[in-house]
Amino acid sequence: MSEKKKTFEEQITRLEEIVSRLERGEVQLSESLALFEEGTKLVSSCSGMLDTAEQKVVKLMKGADGAPVETPFADEDQPE
Amino acid sequence: MDSEPELRNIYIHGELSNYKIYPSGHHYFTMKDATGALRCVMFRGSAARLKFRHENGMKVVACGRITVFPRDGAYQLYCEELTPEGVGELTIAFEQLKEKLHQEGLFDASHKKPLPQYPEKIAVITSSAGAAVHDMIRVLRKRYPLAKVVLLPVRVQGAEAPPEIAGAIRYANRWKVADLIITGRGGGSIEDLWAFNDERVARAIFASELPVISAVGHEPDVTISDFVADLRAATPSNAAELAVPDQGELLRYLKSAESRLAHAESTRLAKLRQTLTALAEKRVLQDQMAYLQDKRMLVLHVQQRLGDLSARLLAQKRERFSALAAGLEAMSPLKVLARGYAVARGEQGEVIRSWRDAPSGSKVDVLLGEGSLRCTVVEAREKEESV
Repeated sequence: MSEKKKTFEEQITRLEEIVSRLERGEVQLSESLALFEEGTKLVSSCSGMLDTAEQKVVKLMKGADGAPVETPFADEDQPE
Repeated sequence: MDSEPELRNIYIHGELSNYKIYPSGHHYFTMKDATGALRCVMFRGSAARLKFRHENGMKVVACGRITVFPRDGAYQLYCEELTPEGVGELTIAFEQLKEKLHQEGLFDASHKKPLPQYPEKIAVITSSAGAAVHDMIRVLRKRYPLAKVVLLPVRVQGAEAPPEIAGAIRYANRWKVADLIITGRGGGSIEDLWAFNDERVARAIFASELPVISAVGHEPDVTISDFVADLRAATPSNAAELAVPDQGELLRYLKSAESRLAHAESTRLAKLRQTLTALAEKRVLQDQMAYLQDKRMLVLHVQQRLGDLSARLLAQKRERFSALAAGLEAMSPLKVLARGYAVARGEQGEVIRSWRDAPSGSKVDVLLGEGSLRCTVVEAREKEESV
């Protein structure tokens, strides 16, 4: 659906910018409507990212060529 | 002598002997070695902080300042800290390294890097077993599940620990495996935590381009890593809290952003509407027909006034005409004739005004108030004979 998905940081930074620009009232009407729409989309996108996020935990091992290789890490198996 | 800085904060190795605790709470003892002895006193306040049970014959390190005992003029040590040998050596090594790195500027605030606000990947450099990694992952998951946790397992105690930790920090930087590093371990004895007082680890942290949070032991434990790191966390869980934003707060922020957006937009629209209304109240914009109607009304009004005016003018004229007519009537010759005057007219009907116009013998018509007379002039006289 979305091409290169923007990171949470990019989205929330953009959202902050939009909110403060709209609050300062420094934009033209047509632009303000577009910004409002974009801001609303960012809110739901960011909320969605948080709501659906599942933390990935991996263990990093050095591969044969020295490059890192990710292997699964099951924290639950670890004793307290 | 108390003011001599060289005689403050001195460390003395020796064997405890003659240890006595006075009812006052002060501790008195002698430090001995092969070559000599030094009397020491440890006041109640310092003694309360002692973390081990003293025994005569125990090898210890005492830290304090040298003064002269006035009564017998002998040197003595006001002991502020007393630690068993071994641990004491570590303390000295710690202080020395801390001082050295401090002098080199490794702890300077100017070298501290800001932490990313929303890290996407967090490198955790610690033991893959044990409570620390578990605590960190638990807190990270709870607060900010968006961040991926990349564990670089290392040993955190023993001789191999420092090079492994330093190596992992360098490796994380070389391969940019994350945008933030947390390194540390759970609580333990000072020896257990020692890897994080190692110069190699300190230098690896200092050289790291990725920001480093140091999280060693419990709250009171302070290591060299803590001083060099960009941020010191009291515990591994605390490091995880410092590393990421709290999703609960973020969701609240998003909620507020949503309502601020709506508010800003509605305020803006309301303002625009107000401007628009003000403009629209100019009648020409509000209703073209009404505007024309207005103009039409104006024309009618003017017309009406014109009508009134002309009627009034007409009446005035009519009045004046009557007055004139009345005047005219008063002037009417008939009226004059009725009063007894007469008009004489010649053969051609011309009014005779002079005696010269009607010579004797000429015929004249004399018009009277009632009827007329045809007369022959008997005599024309210049002057009327008075009657």
